[in-house]
Amino acid sequence: MAELTQKQRRGGILPPPSDYGGGPRDSGGSFPISKAYLATWILLTAIIMLFAGLSSAYIVLRGLPEWQNITVPRLVWANTLILVASSVAIEFARAAVRKDQFSVVRQWLFVSGILGLSFLAGQIAVWRQLVKAGVYLSTTLHSSFFYVLTGAHALHLAGGICGLVVVLWRAFGNQLTAANHEPLKVWALYWHFMDVVWIYCFLLLLLA
Amino acid sequence: MTETQGHPHEGAHDHPQLGFWRKYVFSTDHKVIGIQYLVTAMAMAIIGGTLSLLMRLQLGWPHGKFAFLASLMPHAFNNKGEMNPDFYLSLVTMHGTIMVFFLFTAVLTGGFGNFLIPLQIGARDMAFPFLNALSYWIFLCSCIVIFSALLVAGGAPLGGWTAYAPLSALGEAVGPGQGTGMTLWITAIALFTVSGLMGGLNYITTILTMRTKGLSMMRLPLTQWSLLITAILGLLAFPVLLAAAILLVFDRAGGTSFFIPGGIYLGGKVIEHTGGHPLLWQHLFWFFGHPEVYIVILPAMGIASDILSTFCRKPIFSYKMMVYAMVAISGLSFIVWGHHMFVSGMSPFLGSVFTITTLLIAVPSAVKTFNWLGTVWGARIQFTVPALFSIGFVSLFVSGGLSGIFLGTSAVDIQLQDTYFVVAHFHLVMAIAPLFAAYAGLYYWFPKMFGRFMNGTAGKIHFWISFVGVYCVFFPMHILGIGGQMRRIYDPLNYQFLEPQQVLNVFISVSAFVLGAGQILFLVNFFVSIWAGRRVMENNPWKATTLEWETPCPTGHGNFGPELPTVHRWAFDYSVPGAANDFMPQTAPGVPAAAKQH
Repeated sequence: MAELTQKQRRGGILPPPSDYGGGPRDSGGSFPISKAYLATWILLTAIIMLFAGLSSAYIVLRGLPEWQNITVPRLVWANTLILVASSVAIEFARAAVRKDQFSVVRQWLFVSGILGLSFLAGQIAVWRQLVKAGVYLSTTLHSSFFYVLTGAHALHLAGGICGLVVVLWRAFGNQLTAANHEPLKVWALYWHFMDVVWIYCFLLLLLA
Repeated sequence: MTETQGHPHEGAHDHPQLGFWRKYVFSTDHKVIGIQYLVTAMAMAIIGGTLSLLMRLQLGWPHGKFAFLASLMPHAFNNKGEMNPDFYLSLVTMHGTIMVFFLFTAVLTGGFGNFLIPLQIGARDMAFPFLNALSYWIFLCSCIVIFSALLVAGGAPLGGWTAYAPLSALGEAVGPGQGTGMTLWITAIALFTVSGLMGGLNYITTILTMRTKGLSMMRLPLTQWSLLITAILGLLAFPVLLAAAILLVFDRAGGTSFFIPGGIYLGGKVIEHTGGHPLLWQHLFWFFGHPEVYIVILPAMGIASDILSTFCRKPIFSYKMMVYAMVAISGLSFIVWGHHMFVSGMSPFLGSVFTITTLLIAVPSAVKTFNWLGTVWGARIQFTVPALFSIGFVSLFVSGGLSGIFLGTSAVDIQLQDTYFVVAHFHLVMAIAPLFAAYAGLYYWFPKMFGRFMNGTAGKIHFWISFVGVYCVFFPMHILGIGGQMRRIYDPLNYQFLEPQQVLNVFISVSAFVLGAGQILFLVNFFVSIWAGRRVMENNPWKATTLEWETPCPTGHGNFGPELPTVHRWAFDYSVPGAANDFMPQTAPGVPAAAKQH
């Protein structure tokens, strides 16, 4: 290659190349959270946007003169308490895993799972009560949103139950230890988050 | 994580031999998945392109009699051989949908994203290979579903790729394609969304957590930055489309009235729905739709930047500003959606707000253009085919971007809304420009994918036909639009004031057919070169700096040898004063004497 002059090399106007530092420690490995934990947060971001999309539709339509509120069955209050209780149970499980108490971890995981399933059963009961009262999906905009939002949340929670099966599997294999209980951490994050989503939907549907 | 990545057992030669099906079809190797995305998207491009040629046939020669086509597609033509208006509208819808989602989004993020991310960051595969494979197979399902919309009774949907409600919500009553065809459209888009989320989850996790030693974020090639930002955009935008699609499904099948206002009189009776708001669909759609434009253009920008730098043998001009500009563009893209809705009865004050945010995007876009020019300035450009297509990208981005300033201004847009001026604008800036970047990428990374070169002469002919062709097709559309020709119009000759412009429609149609023929040259070159192209005898035929060029052509399973590479410098050390070669790979240790002085 012919020798270029300094000016040609820089194209006349370029500053000298700089390489912005970086060193052996500066790699993906130094990222502060694990892959699974990061992926869960990414998934949760997508879920936030899904519910944000649905609730923005709710807020827009709520302002229309055609809007008619429905009476929401009181059972949803009980369901809410059940779901919060299941989140509390997870925290007991996490406290136990830090002390390597394998059987206690399993017990609390079972408790939270049963509470989660009870919540789902409770939601189905709420839908049945609404149907009995003659409030269907298409009755009013409020009822439409009630079914869509609670349904979307219930589906996500059902996904959480599938995740719990995996965590329980690990728990029975005594693979959840104080040193490494990543699956439980990831799943707890998801489940608590679903709890928050529910409370958000609940407040939106009941109060807004 | 670094320890596991660098594990010697994961080296290229230690992988068990996989059978044909596991290796090439149901593979979890990111390179195979990337190529699967590319080839599938190419098939979709052929379909989408053919549809556009059928549209041009109708627009160039309305009332033309196409007996041959009528015999092939009897449902689409009347007994005189003229195209049915329904069929024309379904062409518009399917062309838009296929090109936006199943070509551009798929080829740039699915294709290049999968192929390049682990290679350019020095990883052996994606963070979640199985999820990655699943993402492709769901994408393939969505392609099949959208294609089947063309084949079902009633035909494809008629309402355009934006699927505006209430047209999209009322079912077959408003048009034959709005029944089953529309249902398939929604299904395909929902599947595509899910597939895209799986891909995006992988891209973000992989780029953030699996970079090899020494590869700090600010040493990433711009392609990687663009793919990361694109994945984040997709993550935030696609779920909103999914939310809208869910509500639309309930409107169509569940009797709800989210998008259907009360009192619509249809087929002789008032329909039962009450209370919805059709504009809500537009808000939700464009909240997704505008970021989608950047989901398409950002990877194109990244690819073109890296390729330009390589063939100019110069560092990219102002790397940091390139990154910041991409971040700024993506941030702004979420607060501009209203500029698609200036004529929807929006308050003029709100219109002004959207005008301001939209015009703000011109700033980072201009920064990027300035930097591309700075990169090319004074360089001894190697005019290879990828370099030509990258330069073409910059040209098209500027040509299409400038008309965006007109359309982003609400006062002008009200005049130009829904005319061919809009068609010209978005084709140049978000369809043809990314297409050129995708071509640049294909010619550039083809040796890494298949171990052979594509034919350069055929590539140059392809470039010139395409470059001249797209300007002949899309530039006159600005004039047609200012003259008043409406978008999605079936027969321009219906309007007396459009008749004098018809000659331009004929010119565009003829150009489009030449342009289409030029793409056949590309396809032949691509597929013939896979088996018969000139063999690549070295790892780094373009003398580039990034990590993928450290691996053999084609790259084997596991990408790198027993040790993952260690990065010592950024991705743009071209023509470093005092260095022995005019490029220094990212893995080259040490700092050349001359650079130390600065």
